[in-house]
Amino acid sequence: MNDNIIEIYNLTKKFKTVTAVDNINLKVKKGEMLGIVGPDGAGKTTAIKLLCGITIPDNSTGRMLQYDFIKEKEKIKNHIGYLSQKFSLYTDLTVDENIEFFAEIHRVADYKTKRNELLQFTRLLDFRKRLAGKLSGGMKQKLALACTLIHTPDIIFLDEPTTGVDPVSRRDFWKILFDLLKKGITIILTTPYLDEAERCSRISMMHNGKFLIIDSFKNIKKQMKGFIFEVVTAQIRKTYKILSDISAIDEVQTFGDRVNILIQKKELIEKVKKALKSEKIKIISVNEISPSLENIFISLIKENLKKEKK
Amino acid sequence: MKGRIFHIVKKEFLQLKKDKKMLGMSIIAPILQLLLLGYAANIDTKNIPVVFCDMDNSRISRNYSETITNSGYFVKIKTINDINEIDSYINYGKASIGIIIPVNFGKNIISGKTVEIQGIIDGSDSNTATIGMNYITMITREYTQDFLIKKTEKLKKININTQKITPEIRIWYNPELKSRNFMVPGILGLLLMVTTLMLTSLAIVKEKEIGTLEQLIVSPIKPYELLLGKLIPFIIIGIIDIILVLSVASLWFKITIKGNEILLFFFSITFLISTLGIGLFVSTIASNQQQAMIVSMFFIMMPMMYMSGFIFPIENMPFSIQIITYVMPLRYYFNIVRGIFLKGIGFYELWFDFLMMLIIGSIIFTISILRFKKRIG
Repeated sequence: MNDNIIEIYNLTKKFKTVTAVDNINLKVKKGEMLGIVGPDGAGKTTAIKLLCGITIPDNSTGRMLQYDFIKEKEKIKNHIGYLSQKFSLYTDLTVDENIEFFAEIHRVADYKTKRNELLQFTRLLDFRKRLAGKLSGGMKQKLALACTLIHTPDIIFLDEPTTGVDPVSRRDFWKILFDLLKKGITIILTTPYLDEAERCSRISMMHNGKFLIIDSFKNIKKQMKGFIFEVVTAQIRKTYKILSDISAIDEVQTFGDRVNILIQKKELIEKVKKALKSEKIKIISVNEISPSLENIFISLIKENLKKEKK
Repeated sequence: MKGRIFHIVKKEFLQLKKDKKMLGMSIIAPILQLLLLGYAANIDTKNIPVVFCDMDNSRISRNYSETITNSGYFVKIKTINDINEIDSYINYGKASIGIIIPVNFGKNIISGKTVEIQGIIDGSDSNTATIGMNYITMITREYTQDFLIKKTEKLKKININTQKITPEIRIWYNPELKSRNFMVPGILGLLLMVTTLMLTSLAIVKEKEIGTLEQLIVSPIKPYELLLGKLIPFIIIGIIDIILVLSVASLWFKITIKGNEILLFFFSITFLISTLGIGLFVSTIASNQQQAMIVSMFFIMMPMMYMSGFIFPIENMPFSIQIITYVMPLRYYFNIVRGIFLKGIGFYELWFDFLMMLIIGSIIFTISILRFKKRIG
């Protein structure tokens, strides 16, 4: 036995014309937190749903926990939890009743102690008699999480758990997630926020149904060949145009008031400065920066698109 | 296994208790509908408003118009003299029938001449028009006959036995021909259909809409447990509705069940199989509650209502439409309800309706379960 809690091969799902998830292989260790990032429509939600068994994959083999991923799907369901994007709850039932129902259908014998624990853990004790529909977005999300945790799952799948939640609740939520990790629960989540992904032990970047890369943030950074410079000028649009025309620059990305460029040799930056000066653009600052997840992600997507075109 | 089904049923009732609209729809609406329809769904033709234009104004003409009003089917609105006034009575709907008695009506009758009276009938309500016309023809015929007999007797001073055949019609099962007796049992069918079919589809689609269905799929719950858990509450509500309607019909409307109540109850449960099945089917094709509502309302319940003989007799429909009615479980259920309620007939006479209902119900139910299972996977 190896220590992988999830080992899935060739996970694929085609809908009529699009391939939402395209031949993904995935290995996850116990106690890991894997963050799946990607733009809207990359296939993140479908991937999570395939892993939970809500959607049936076209083609896949592998194991989850000690069970066969396809044949023993029903057994897996006893050990996993899923939090959907919509925080699906019975809005016409109270906080207590919601947890009670999910405990009962999972046949949790003594759910009352566990429920109190979870309510305390998610700081919802004071709201237990309130209807779920009357909770704020952040509280709904925490209640939904409490419902997915009532049967003490080994793995939880969270689909964009912080989308539409205010920043304070978001921070709260992440604290809860880290507490769960300490307890040895494996977490797989999707997120559109790259800063959130950076907190995961491993990140997988998804685009057009494929995992472009899956590794720790540190290793992903190492993969980035070259140097990134941040250029701030008075005329950012024009700067972008000029720099895009210089073939020695591998990549130009604009971020509102600044431009990031990727070059293979540090000396090239002088050439860039010269080019801008000759066009009479006022340079405010030029600094080397450490690549952000955003830089890496955009460059990976561009690479992938080039490959796909070929 | 039993535990989980029980918990879903419990949750369902908990939700129903809090959802006042659903509760109203399932319990209060049936009673209200029953009372409303019991009184309003009245197609008996009585008290047809008539305006007389008596241009003769003789003893005989007055006697004739009295005979008409005394029949009980008509109410005299007014007797007028100007023939042109009739228009306004008919146009404004004050009268459905205008009867014009010509000048010299009495005189001509006495002298043995043929007289013609004119009837103007508001055809926009064709039902009342035809019935009213028939009554007037009938009354007039009898009136002239009586008149003739009396006259001959007077002349010859003898008693004549006119050979006339009087049919003595005896109406069975609903001797007073009250449409309420016909309607109220039918309403049982309608109500059972509305509550179980619509509520089932809504309750399942609701889970889909708010996303809890996905949560249930991820849980180790089995499709059949989920299905039974969702359906049992509506079977219970259906049974409550049956009891409610039967009590209101017998205690309030005094329509007693002539046949066996247990048999009616048993057949009603069979009917529920098909309505629950259709409800389930709707839930597999609709993705939100509005869709479920519209589909079940306009594509299923309305056609069923019109085409199952609730109001319009199936025998009067064109052959092609009649064929369609054979797949409608409501058609058989109407036969059963009216049969047991009014005629007091039993299984021996109703086995075909029962069998058809069972077959159709089973087919719908199986298809729906298969579709449902496929989605739950």
